[in-house]
Amino acid sequence: MLDRIYKAQKVIDSACKTLGRQINIMEVCGTHTVSIFRNGIRSILPDKVKLLSGPGCPVCVTDQSYIDTVLQLADRDDVLIATYGDMVRVPGRSGSLETKQPGGSVKVVLSSDDALQLAKDNGDKTIVFVAVGFETTAPATAVVVKQAAEENIENFCILSEHKLVVPAMRALLSEKNHNIDGFLCPGHVTVIIGYRRYLEIVEQFARPCVVAGFEPAQIIEGLAEVCRQVAAGKAELKSIYSAVVTEEGNRTAQEVIDECFEPVDGYWRGLGKIEKSTLRLRDKYNRFDALKRFEITERPDEDTTDCRCGEVLCGLIEPPECSLFSGSCRPQTPVGPCMVSSEGACAAWFKYGRVRGSKQ
Amino acid sequence: MKVTKSDRILLAHGGGGQLSDELIRELILPKFTNETLAELGDAAELELGSGSLCFTTDSYVVRPLFFNGGDIGKLAVCGTINDLAVAGAKPVALAMSLIIEEGFEIELLEKILASAGKAARENNVEIVAGDTKTVEAGSADKIFINTAGIGVKLADVELGFDKIKVGDRVIINGTIGDHGMTIISQREGIEFESQLKSDCASVLELTCHLLENTDGVKFMRDPTRGGLAATLNEISRGSGVSIEIREAQIPINPTVQVAADMLGFDVVTIANEGKFVAVVSPESAEQSVNICRKYPLGKEAAIIGEMVEVRDIPLVELITKIGGRRIVQMPYGRELPRIC
Repeated sequence: MLDRIYKAQKVIDSACKTLGRQINIMEVCGTHTVSIFRNGIRSILPDKVKLLSGPGCPVCVTDQSYIDTVLQLADRDDVLIATYGDMVRVPGRSGSLETKQPGGSVKVVLSSDDALQLAKDNGDKTIVFVAVGFETTAPATAVVVKQAAEENIENFCILSEHKLVVPAMRALLSEKNHNIDGFLCPGHVTVIIGYRRYLEIVEQFARPCVVAGFEPAQIIEGLAEVCRQVAAGKAELKSIYSAVVTEEGNRTAQEVIDECFEPVDGYWRGLGKIEKSTLRLRDKYNRFDALKRFEITERPDEDTTDCRCGEVLCGLIEPPECSLFSGSCRPQTPVGPCMVSSEGACAAWFKYGRVRGSKQ
Repeated sequence: MKVTKSDRILLAHGGGGQLSDELIRELILPKFTNETLAELGDAAELELGSGSLCFTTDSYVVRPLFFNGGDIGKLAVCGTINDLAVAGAKPVALAMSLIIEEGFEIELLEKILASAGKAARENNVEIVAGDTKTVEAGSADKIFINTAGIGVKLADVELGFDKIKVGDRVIINGTIGDHGMTIISQREGIEFESQLKSDCASVLELTCHLLENTDGVKFMRDPTRGGLAATLNEISRGSGVSIEIREAQIPINPTVQVAADMLGFDVVTIANEGKFVAVVSPESAEQSVNICRKYPLGKEAAIIGEMVEVRDIPLVELITKIGGRRIVQMPYGRELPRIC
């Protein structure tokens, strides 16, 4: 493994030398973010390579109003909330799901199957599954919705906030003055959507897109490939995760997503409205849509006031340059996604500032 | 066993009357056989000898009650013994209080008590006092156990944060995360549960031999809840010295690593129940590890890092396998699986 890493480091060093300026690479996958953090990858890169943790953690970018809706539902005596652990601590405007746990109205599940099973086991309650995640978890949600429909499991519904990766990348690149030189594309998501989906990013915005797995060597090799392309003035689509990623992706998974969901404009915490970026259930599955079942009117945070997470994500500013930083926006009361995730740029900066070696 | 006609705990078992008496005499006393407890006095009288006393208490609420490698009874005894052991003490006596939910199966209670009794005997410590309360169904989850322990400090042993200096080494007696991952996997019904086994055990034999055979031990702590990450952060904060640990040196059972990766957990934050972290002088580090390795619970003992100069604030930093660095944070308190 170390041999591969040294080799990739040489490519990165040489690209930096050729280019003579900073290279900003964004990863758009929570698992990449965690792996980069846990393996201390930032600290072994040259100063000229800056890693931007993009909106890859799907729960961190969940709009506060969505969480408030879940909290409201959790207050109902006839409702049991089933959620992935990821979502439990993400705060809305009036607290987080963690604060609802004492009442037992919130259950942490490891899969959408577990949520459906809860419905079967608790006939006196309506199970609301907090359906979040990118294209990786969306097929599993779709499958249980179909199953609930086939088996007429009426006390089951979902509150869908599944997000799509490519529209978010597109939105970031459409920001004027963005500083993104290339993307490290998510292995898991790409298994589903196929790497050809990034072609529009490469062609329209002329930015390299390199799909990599989650081992540290894969990540560094992916970064090296982005650096190589940037230094050579190229923008290509490449997958170095060829063992599992294909050009077309998983057709079956795509079909089941398409059958159950349609993309609608969605709100992203700290980023605002992004076109066709969120999956909602199609009309034929209305009865499993918690929004319709409970007649919920959405109240998205159209203005995220002074939150500058978008600029932090794009590498335009450092966290302390945001006026909310360490004032109203702190790890316990985060406003934007970069403070929600413990690996987020703002949270790390808040806790440790600029710490030697760690380059948060 | 014929405590009562019922095979389940009734509220009256905690009522201080005939049923309580039967429960104590017929079920509890035989498991913990010792003269002091048999007197059933209001308080146990102990001969402590000379030396400083160490006194500790801990409550045990683990779910599931029975897990691969142990159960709540064994844990309640070993956990409290370990708290005394890492303070440099030898336990003299334990007290055990049971809070039992109405309806709890007496057969399971008997198993738990037998396991606690066995663990105490194996460590030559007696459970000399106790209490049993019952609560209405729904007011507690099956059984909670509180154990208090009293011990005498080993002669000439002085441990404390104030002894820790830059250059001291950090050692651990074996693999991390085994207990926590076993519990989580069993609770969630994940398929590799059978390959995982809790490290639930007393480290007393090991700590006593270490303290008796080296004079370089400065501080010890058992990395239970919050795992290695919490313990190292406490040591760093308490001593005001930073810590640098090397990922490649930390013993981890591969199945534990796979299970943790699958659920998105960071192994350094996962609980242990048969481990201790010791900060030792640099000269005694190799010897300390060698002493540990002579015992089954210390076979995989290793030097995992050292105390280093503080640059800004006292921190725990991990040098990763690829040579990167990262800060090991104090865990939040409850780890949640990452799926998305």
